[in-house]
Formats: sequence, structure tokens, C-alpha cells
Amino acid sequence: MFRYIIRRLIYAIPVLVGILVVVFVLARLIPGDPCTAILGEKATPEACARLNQQLGLDKPITTQFVIYLERFIQGDFGNSIRFSRPVSLILVERLPTTIELTMFALIIAVAVGIPAGVISAVRHNSTVDVVTMIGANIGVSMPVFWLGLMLAYLFAIVLKDTPFWLPPSGRLSAGISAVPFFEVWGLNVQPDSTGFKFLEFIANLYVLNSILTQNWALLWDTIKHLILPAVALSTIPMSIIARMTRSSLLETLGQDYIRTARGKGVPERLVVMRHGLKNALLPVITIIGLQLGALLGGAVLTETIFGLSGVGRILYEAITARDYPIIQAFTFIIAAGYVLINLLVDISYTFLDPRVRLQ
Amino acid sequence: MATDTAPRPLFPEEETRGRDIYRTALGRLFRRRSAMVGLAILTTLVLTAIFAPLIAPYNPEQVLIGVEDVKRRQAPCIHLLGCPKDQPQHILGIDGNVRDEFSRIIYGSRYSLMIGFTTVGFAIVIGSVLGAIAGFVGGWIDNAIMRVMDVLLAFPALLLAIAIVAVLGPGLVNALIAIGVVSIPAYARVMRASVLATKENDYVMAARSLGASSIRVLIRSVLPNAITPLIVQGTLGIATAILDAAALSFLGLGAQPPTPEWGSMLGTERNQVFTAPHLVFFPGLAIMLTVLGFNLLGDGLRDALDPRLAEKGVVPK
Repeated sequence: MFRYIIRRLIYAIPVLVGILVVVFVLARLIPGDPCTAILGEKATPEACARLNQQLGLDKPITTQFVIYLERFIQGDFGNSIRFSRPVSLILVERLPTTIELTMFALIIAVAVGIPAGVISAVRHNSTVDVVTMIGANIGVSMPVFWLGLMLAYLFAIVLKDTPFWLPPSGRLSAGISAVPFFEVWGLNVQPDSTGFKFLEFIANLYVLNSILTQNWALLWDTIKHLILPAVALSTIPMSIIARMTRSSLLETLGQDYIRTARGKGVPERLVVMRHGLKNALLPVITIIGLQLGALLGGAVLTETIFGLSGVGRILYEAITARDYPIIQAFTFIIAAGYVLINLLVDISYTFLDPRVRLQ
Repeated sequence: MATDTAPRPLFPEEETRGRDIYRTALGRLFRRRSAMVGLAILTTLVLTAIFAPLIAPYNPEQVLIGVEDVKRRQAPCIHLLGCPKDQPQHILGIDGNVRDEFSRIIYGSRYSLMIGFTTVGFAIVIGSVLGAIAGFVGGWIDNAIMRVMDVLLAFPALLLAIAIVAVLGPGLVNALIAIGVVSIPAYARVMRASVLATKENDYVMAARSLGASSIRVLIRSVLPNAITPLIVQGTLGIATAILDAAALSFLGLGAQPPTPEWGSMLGTERNQVFTAPHLVFFPGLAIMLTVLGFNLLGDGLRDALDPRLAEKGVVPK
């Protein structure tokens, strides 16, 4: 098991290096140069030359890559060209927004998708099944940006002045601010140290931060702001999970050992949940892992609609502004996260199905 | 149509069997209600696209200022639903540039279909050539091709498409190229798997020992076996491609105004959702229905072509 994980991690290295190369080259291929993006269209060639020298952009591209790789391994992502701030600090600010959003969406997708799939499979060909599957089919065909806008219209305008009103944008209501938990606790940390960045990262996960500081009003406000974007983002994965659970469970319930279980008098509930669902979850877990990529793509759209400044949004802006360090770091983090999640999915197989031997 | 794509037989009796398989598959497809709903949606869409000039009451890019007494972003006016008869009828309202929204949506169907078929066509051709080479040649070439595919798959599709459009510059054609490139790995994998599964069969060995060239073996013996999964993957792929293209246009990276493309129509009016929701609702509904049509048909095709599922009762009737 341990050896398998190590080997998988080693195998992931060429893919990660490939990603680094692709990201580096792609970022350089984006037409236009950062000079005019920073100094404006009227920048003189001399000013540009000076800036390029400052940023190291005058060196050959291979040298740039080597320097970049060296720093990257040391955890230094460089400075954002546009904001003149370390990329790592921007990551600390933006990544938590997206993590919170995608996790919330994933939780909704799993919490609704799996039970819906189970009910559909158990009562298959019934009205419930047909309605659920129609819903799931519409769900996978849903343009996330459209659903998001329609939800915002429904909950912020139509349901205004009702208890169901929900805010259409932002992470917190105006006038509410999140005090980092380490300040509430009175921890003394050196600003700009790695430890500070880590604590800041945790504190920017508002849900976690408000629980740590036991600020329930803040928690409620955060969740209220998360509901609409997370629901919009969750529709497609939810529908896919529901369909996968249904077909996988149906296939499992047709197995001989299920008949045996029923025959020896195991209550139907246990037959479905313990004998059926547990064995049917394998493909469902795979699908959930794969959906994370779609969630991150969808996050660009949801963050745009709901005015959230997360990874998706900043990446989109960085691409248009040719902010190389940000593009490189954020794309790499996303792709690496994706690779890691797929590894976790593979490892989870062994826990769900002892027959799967990882070698 | 199905019989045209049936595998070419080596023995005459195989021909009837091949035909039977496709005929029963087609029968199964027609018996599935959801697949028929999908087919109905798509037929309507294709007819709308063909007869757009006859259906649309206005030119989709015609600005109606001075032509009619209408205001920007005016709500829908339908005579049957009590809209005063002296006002011009605009069943889906007027858009931000004083154009007839209904006509624009009708013409949008052309773009949607074009986007779906060109991107998937492009991805199928490139993907299956790469997959076939990888599966057939094997060795380091296989490894190299598939690792590149892995790297492509390691990025969320939409983000990679955004990055490619950023390199090529915004525009409909570049958005199509980006989505096409992003979808290549799926087809390469399907093709490679089919090639690997077929390569070791006796009839391929037989063809080879008779002196058939690699390309001939590939086209005559291997390809027909790969067509079924490619059709299924392709139909479902069109759905994804249309969604992604709409998303790119929504972000302002795909089709540019005044093109009546649904994603771009939705994107330009998204800030008006609170004041003129009809301009967001209808283009989005059109995208959703189109994607739903391809998804339903794709699922139906998959189930019809894989009788294993139908026998187990996994597929609802």
C-alpha cells in the first residue's frame, strides 16, 4: 500500500513537469507583452527594456524556465506583474474562496445526488425514478452561468422581502468583516512569515474561521452568501452522481450475493445500504473525483456571476493581463490538485473493495 | 444509415449478422422514450436552423430604432396574451440594442449546431488518428502520445480552453479550435482502447498474414469496431462542446456581438438580469434544450448499442 502510494507519486512527477512546461510555454505564447499591459500602450521602448530586464524577461526563454523551475521548487512563485505582490500572498487570499465554493458545491452534489440515485434504483421504473432521471438529464444539460443568473434573479429580486431572500453577490454582507481567528486568539505571528501565510490561508476559509472564532452571525452570513453560487455550481456534478449511483446500484442489486442476503432474511434496508450501496460506490467515487475538474472550470463562471474573487476569476483576469507568474502558479496548483485528487480516488478503492489490490 | 456504418464482413454470413445488430439497436433506440424526446428536440432545432429566414420575423442584426415604436430591453409583447394590438408583436421582447430577441434566438440555432458539429468533428478526426497510431504502433510512441493526452486531461477543460483562446485571441473560430483541442483526449482514448481490443483478434491476424498493410488492416478491420463508441462519445461530446462554447462566449472570448450566438447574447445582457430577465432567460433556455437534446440522444444511443445494459434492466423502458 505504502509502496504503491510512493510509486504513484513518482509517476505523477513527469505529468506535473509536463504541466509546468505546458503552462510556461502557453503563458509565453499569449500575444502581446506584459510591458504594455503594465505601463500602458504608450510605453517607450527604453522603459520597456528596463522593465523586461527587471522582470528577467530579456533572458532566453530556456534560461527563464530554469530560473523559474529553481524558484518554483523552493516554493517561490515570484511576484505578480500586475499587482507587484508575491503570488504566494495572492494565492493565500484567493484560493480559500474557491476551495470553500467548490467544497460546498461538492457536498451539496453528494448529499443530494447519492440519495436520489439510491431511491431511483430501489424504486426503479416508478414515478419517483422517472421524475428523478428527468431532473438529472436536465441537470447535466444546464449552463451553469444561466442557472446562476436565474437563481440570483429569483432569490434576490422575486423573493425580496420574504424569509427566503438570499444575497446575489459577494462573500459577506456590507459592514460585516471576518476577524482572523489568530487575532481573536491573540496569537503573535510574524507578518510575511510562512506560518503567517498558512494561518491567513485558514482564516480566509470564512466558514472554518467563523467556527474557530465561534462567531455564529458571521457563519450564517457566510453560508447565506455561499448557497446560491454553490447550488448553481453543484447541478451538473449532482446529476451525474445521481445517474451513476442509480445505474451502479441497479447493477449491484442484480448480483447473486444480494439474492443470498435477501434469502437469509437480511432486512431490505440493510441489503440495499450495506450489501448493495457499499459495493456500488466504486464507480461513483471515480465520477466524484472526475467532477472536481468540472467544478473548478465552473468556478470561473460562478465566480464571475456572483462577484467572488476566487482562483477562477483571478486566473481569467491574469490571462487577459498577461500576468505570467499568476497564470503559471494558479494553473499549476489547479492541475496538481487534480492529479492528487485522482490519486486519492485510486487509494480509496482499496478501502471500499478489498479485492482491489494496488500494485 | 446504420447499415452504412456496419463493419465490412470477411464472410458473407457475417454481413447479415452485422445488419441485424444495428437493426435491433435502432429498434431499441426507437422504443426509448427519452431518446425520442431528444431526437424530437434536435429535429426541431435542425428545422429551425434550416428555415430560420422563414421563421424569424426580423433580421437578427436589424436595429429597430426608427423602424418601430419600441424601447430598449422592452418586455415581450404577445397579442394573444393581451398585449395591445396597436403595439408591434415581439414574443420574446427587445434586446439591449433594440433588436428582436426572438429572431436572434432563431438564428442562434445555426451557430449552436455549427459549433457542436465542427468542434466534435475536428476532435474525432485528430483524436482517432492519434489514438489509432498509439494503439497500433505501441511502444514509446504510444507512451508519448498518451502522456501528452494525460497532461491535457490534467487541466479542467474550460480553463484550458480559456488559456488557448487567450493565446489565439478571442473570436468564434478560435473558441472552436480551443474546445476542439480540449476534447481530443477523450476520442484518442476511445480509439486506442478499440484498437488494442481488436488488434489481437484472429481475423486481424488472418488479414495480416494475407499480407494486408497496416493501414489497410486499420481501416478495414479495426476502424469498424471503434465506430460505435466513437458515435456515442461524439453525440455526448457535442452537448459538452455547445455548453463550453456558450460559456466562452458568455465570458466574451467566443462569438462577438452582434453575432446572434446564445452564449454571447446572454453574456452581453447579464448585468441587466434584474431589470430585463427575459434577455437572459430565453437564450439560456435555448442552450439548455439543445444540450438536453444531444444528451438524451447520446444516452439512448449508448444504451441501444450496448445491449448488456438493457438486459440487466439498468436502462429504464
